[in-house]
Amino acid sequence: MLPRILALMIKEFLALLKDKRSRTVVFVPPILQLLVFGYAATFDLNRIPFAVYNEDPGPASRDLVARFAGSPNFREVAVLAHQKQISPLVDTKRVLLVLHIGPTFSRDLFGGRSAPVQVILDGRNSNTAAVLLSYVNTIMTGFNLGWQERAGGATAQARLETRAWFNPNLVSRWFIVPGIVGLLTLVVTTLVTALSVAREREQGTFDQLLVTPFRPGEILLGKALPGFIIGLFEATLIILLAVLWFQIPLRGSLLTLYAGLLCFLLSTVGMGLMISSLAVTQQQGLLGAFLFLVPCIILSGFATPIANMPDWVQQITYLDPLRYFLIILRGVFLQGTPFHLLADQFWPMALIGVVNLLLAGYLFRHRLY
Amino acid sequence: MKSEVSGPVEQTNRAEDAVLELRGVSKRFVIGRRTIQALRHVNLRVLRGQVTGLIGPDGAGKTTLMRLAVGLLAPDDGRIHALGFDATRDSPAVQARVGYMPQRFGLYEDLSVQENLDLYADLQGLPPDARPARYHELMHMTGLARFTTRLAGRLSGGMKQKLGLACTLVRAPELLLLDEPTVGVDPVSRRELWQIVYRLVREEGMTVLLSTAYLDEAERCHEVILMHEGEVLGCGPPQQFREQSRGRTYLVSAPGERKRTVQEKLAGAASVVDALIQGERIRLVTAGETPPDPAELLPGLAGVSIQPAPPRLEDSFVAMLKQRRKPGGDALPRVQAGRQVGPASLSSENGPGPVIEIKDVKRRFGDFYAVKGVTFEVTRGEVFGLLGANGAGKSTTFRMLCGLLPASEGSLRVAGLDLRRAAAAARARIGYMSQKFSLYGNLNVCENLRFFSSAYGLTGQRQRRRLDWALEQFELGTVADTVSLDLSLGYKQRLAMACALMHEPEILFLDEPTSGVDPLARRDFWGRINGLAAQHVTVMVTTHFMEEAECCDRLAIMADGEILALGTPQEIKRRQCSAGQPEPTMEDAFIALIEGQGQTRGGAK
Amino acid sequence: MRLRGLIHKEFYQILRDPSSIAIAFLLPVVLLLVFGYGVSLDAEHVPVALVVEQPDADTAGFTGGFEQSRYFQPVVMRDMHEAEQALMSRRVSAVVHLRADFARRLRQPGGAPVQVIVNGVDANTGRLILGYIQGVWQKWLARRALETGETLGAPVRLESRVWFNSELRSRNFLVPGLIAIIMTLIGALLTALVMAREWERGTMEALMVTPVTMREVLVGKLVPYFLLGMGGMALSVAMGVWLFGVPLRGSLWVLFGAAALFLLAALGMGLLISTVAKNQFVAGQVAIITTFLPAFILSGFIFDIGSMPPVVQWLTYLLAARYFVAMLQTIFLAGDVWSVIWPNALALAVMAAFFLGVSRRKLRKRLE
Repeated sequence: MLPRILALMIKEFLALLKDKRSRTVVFVPPILQLLVFGYAATFDLNRIPFAVYNEDPGPASRDLVARFAGSPNFREVAVLAHQKQISPLVDTKRVLLVLHIGPTFSRDLFGGRSAPVQVILDGRNSNTAAVLLSYVNTIMTGFNLGWQERAGGATAQARLETRAWFNPNLVSRWFIVPGIVGLLTLVVTTLVTALSVAREREQGTFDQLLVTPFRPGEILLGKALPGFIIGLFEATLIILLAVLWFQIPLRGSLLTLYAGLLCFLLSTVGMGLMISSLAVTQQQGLLGAFLFLVPCIILSGFATPIANMPDWVQQITYLDPLRYFLIILRGVFLQGTPFHLLADQFWPMALIGVVNLLLAGYLFRHRLY
Repeated sequence: MKSEVSGPVEQTNRAEDAVLELRGVSKRFVIGRRTIQALRHVNLRVLRGQVTGLIGPDGAGKTTLMRLAVGLLAPDDGRIHALGFDATRDSPAVQARVGYMPQRFGLYEDLSVQENLDLYADLQGLPPDARPARYHELMHMTGLARFTTRLAGRLSGGMKQKLGLACTLVRAPELLLLDEPTVGVDPVSRRELWQIVYRLVREEGMTVLLSTAYLDEAERCHEVILMHEGEVLGCGPPQQFREQSRGRTYLVSAPGERKRTVQEKLAGAASVVDALIQGERIRLVTAGETPPDPAELLPGLAGVSIQPAPPRLEDSFVAMLKQRRKPGGDALPRVQAGRQVGPASLSSENGPGPVIEIKDVKRRFGDFYAVKGVTFEVTRGEVFGLLGANGAGKSTTFRMLCGLLPASEGSLRVAGLDLRRAAAAARARIGYMSQKFSLYGNLNVCENLRFFSSAYGLTGQRQRRRLDWALEQFELGTVADTVSLDLSLGYKQRLAMACALMHEPEILFLDEPTSGVDPLARRDFWGRINGLAAQHVTVMVTTHFMEEAECCDRLAIMADGEILALGTPQEIKRRQCSAGQPEPTMEDAFIALIEGQGQTRGGAK
Repeated sequence: MRLRGLIHKEFYQILRDPSSIAIAFLLPVVLLLVFGYGVSLDAEHVPVALVVEQPDADTAGFTGGFEQSRYFQPVVMRDMHEAEQALMSRRVSAVVHLRADFARRLRQPGGAPVQVIVNGVDANTGRLILGYIQGVWQKWLARRALETGETLGAPVRLESRVWFNSELRSRNFLVPGLIAIIMTLIGALLTALVMAREWERGTMEALMVTPVTMREVLVGKLVPYFLLGMGGMALSVAMGVWLFGVPLRGSLWVLFGAAALFLLAALGMGLLISTVAKNQFVAGQVAIITTFLPAFILSGFIFDIGSMPPVVQWLTYLLAARYFVAMLQTIFLAGDVWSVIWPNALALAVMAAFFLGVSRRKLRKRLE
């Protein structure tokens, strides 16, 4: 039995890797995508274009504007002299933020009164706007503290001392890149396995395989293992890139990470083979892979937190293997979470994998024609 | 060959009569690092109002020539004129006047017959008021009138081919090009296709150029062009080719001997060019014109009679091709008697007895019975042929026998094992070669062989031995590192057979193994089958070539999911003897059977 | 007549193959439903641990702000160790720590420190949570100032105005973006395989020998799938406006004009992939790799393009989705801002012309 499965595996690898085109499709895009997406997928804003409409001639407003202009997050692109100039700038997206300081700003401040500052934000991307607002708040708080100290007045009665654990500078790349490890592993293994049976069906080689003494279970195993090995290889490559190139801290144990990876591969290979044995043509296989991949990625918590979803959508995410793997990835990478705290993430993936493999095995036997 | 072959072209060299003319045409293809010279300085003419047949082995350049003629390819060298236009520069003008049916005609399978016709009528620009009459004519001619609302994908192979032809003909073209229109088509449909072609030539004055692997079809053409490896070896009327073999063709009968044994002996003789089973006798083509001596050819056999026979196109064709191969030193492989092809151990096992038993087997797809109660037995060492029209249920029967499809009812025993219970064990004892090339296309020859031998559990020494055996026996050594998709059809087929034989199976299933294969490769192939049968391997084969049916020990002819006739070729032919046909050929018998069944069915309605 | 025949044929094929209809109409509905509800960046009911070492009236005043806020779901804990464990195992996303001396130091100069720890793994959410906590804190300060009669608030008061989306509902910007993503998928899926299919099934060779021109073949493919895609678009817009309540401030015809241009570009790209690949397997894989993930990540749908490194920003110019996302977000939320619409529309038109032009060139009436 073993040499026969070995032969199947070797054949599967040869069929996949001998063709230059399919070899390229399996190995080049993931690396390119990691590099591009690793840089592109970030919620951090920098060099945000903003405009200043300063009606106040006093020194306090100059100080405030200087704090904005000096921040790496902001870039002053226009100084306005008129209220009417605001709207065109924002509408055309030339600036995302307008800082409007009224004519009595300095006077109010020196007079010990509270001085209002208006900021206008482009809300078309609400997330950008929310993040911008938090940057503005930080600058304002700093300005206030400085002013109070200089004025020698009483300070606030309580102050926040904030710290962010695991990611002290709140760099969203640290969050996204481990996610990409899961994302790309998912895409590659699904593509490798989802078409493997359908392609053989279309080319007629599946019949040839079925007249040999292979049992369906052996064929399944022979098809699953290459997907497993390619996924393992690819994931290792991406993890290496994440650590060495993107400098993402890897705080937990590699053992936990790979245990999670194996469970995850089991589930994706299972899904892929299940799609594959359902599909009669490659087109159906492809469509199936697509319809599986897209929700899987969107509902995984890769870009938007699962906690933000309504309850019924959250229930659906329990079927998504990527959901569990992302938790493991981020836990191990950034938090150094030990194995026992992640135990709840392992078994659902293994369960998804086993159920799908069993289903695929059943379909193998009962969809031979 | 001899220069006289090109004679008639010179004689009929009236320019106004040439509908298609190629002058000094060459065409190369580059596939990867290899360059293939598909056509080499080809000159030829197709004359108005005639049926011209293009024959030649695989890779002769027939399809390339057709594609060049309609402007789908541009030649590297030379000029092509079709209907007075330059096919390369004025290809739109040519395409508007020429009808071309590619080998795999592009019917839209998800469109109905009528919708396919409408599409091609629109594309060909047939005015709407002319359509009803033309449709009626075409549907009547092709016999598809009853099926206009059926989806093209649901038609049988023969009907698809006829619909393809009808689509090509919506606006009567002046020149019709047909690329292997009869491959994989049963004899009845084939005959109908030919009737359509002749009618077109007779009634509409159409010129037809068609390529074919059936030499009996070429025999019916007005002109024949013989091609080989991109060169035209000769052209002229069929009788001109036939004449080359005159005085060298004989029919040998050796009563009381197995035909196959006699054929093998004859084929091995030095002076023999070709030996072929024809009916109850062996057709013999000799190298020289001296009459052969029975005692010399078949020593030790009594009652051998050798009679001269009228020559056929095929005799000359095979002779010419064999002669072309000889100078290279690579003579046509010949299977010698007693050669170790199959498992030697089997001969002693069990002795004769049924190895395949089918009883009342039915197979249902939804409400439709593809196979309705089939019963037969095949004994060890027999070559058993399964014949039938397209859609008769042969493939379904075949797939059930191989364990690819469970039977709805009835029992199947293969190699003494019940397929329902011990499918894997039964599968280990059979070899299967499917109709379509179904090996791993991007694996090379060796890798394919190694994979399939491992699949059957061969390891170590034994695997290595079988690998060497396959490379040697099937002459695959020179292409061992070639990716199997790039092999020529003949090699692909040999490789497929080798893969099916790696584990020395007791039973070999061959599903239309020779469709689209040229006569030489077919002879080679049957030589191997005979060798296997001599080793007591049971061979089960489906085919559309009636001459191949003659080579089988027993036959079953199927129609509409039932067996119409079962017996030796001789028995089946004898049953169809009638006043009109005192000595029917296998094809006559087949057509008579199928049509007779159709009539009783029609009568019952 | 020839063109009509081709278009008829394509429609028949679409009707016979329900998967195209499903892609055009079922896919948008399902995707929009799941994603419209599923993709949200608005953190609400964030579980936060409130560690109050010595509860009293002052701490209750502070923690009350959390209990009233819709952003938080506070869990009161007694000691820091427990809270840290909870943070580690992701049961809470943030910890607010009020020490035993909170009440005492509140009345001393310098004020009482409040320790706030957020889980920074999801940096974006972490930052949002910090912002919310600051909000609670500032409200508390203001209220306290009012209660104690002290006039002292912050010297500078921030008045923020968010244009176009005053409540900062992320759905308002995500749904238009989703429509762009869905249209990208539909365009690519519908066309990526159709040309390759003709090659594989041998129907292309039969088409080529008829007098049909390759331009007609191309247009014959384009028209049916264009109409199908526009149908899907109409459905998506209707769902966006009526189901998700996204305001449509621009005019409908500008919206559909933009969609038409985008579809031409997307279908053109699909056709090009399909024409060049001549093989369904490769065409499908290329379509998956070049459409979905890039549109998801690089189009500005979620991630701000302006913050990407310049090289990556350059890459985004190659994506049709980028222009469409910008147009959709503007047309939906801001209105017909021509200075946004024109350049993006022009870019889409150039892309459509490029893809269709190249497809036309690649699709020669020769088999080589």
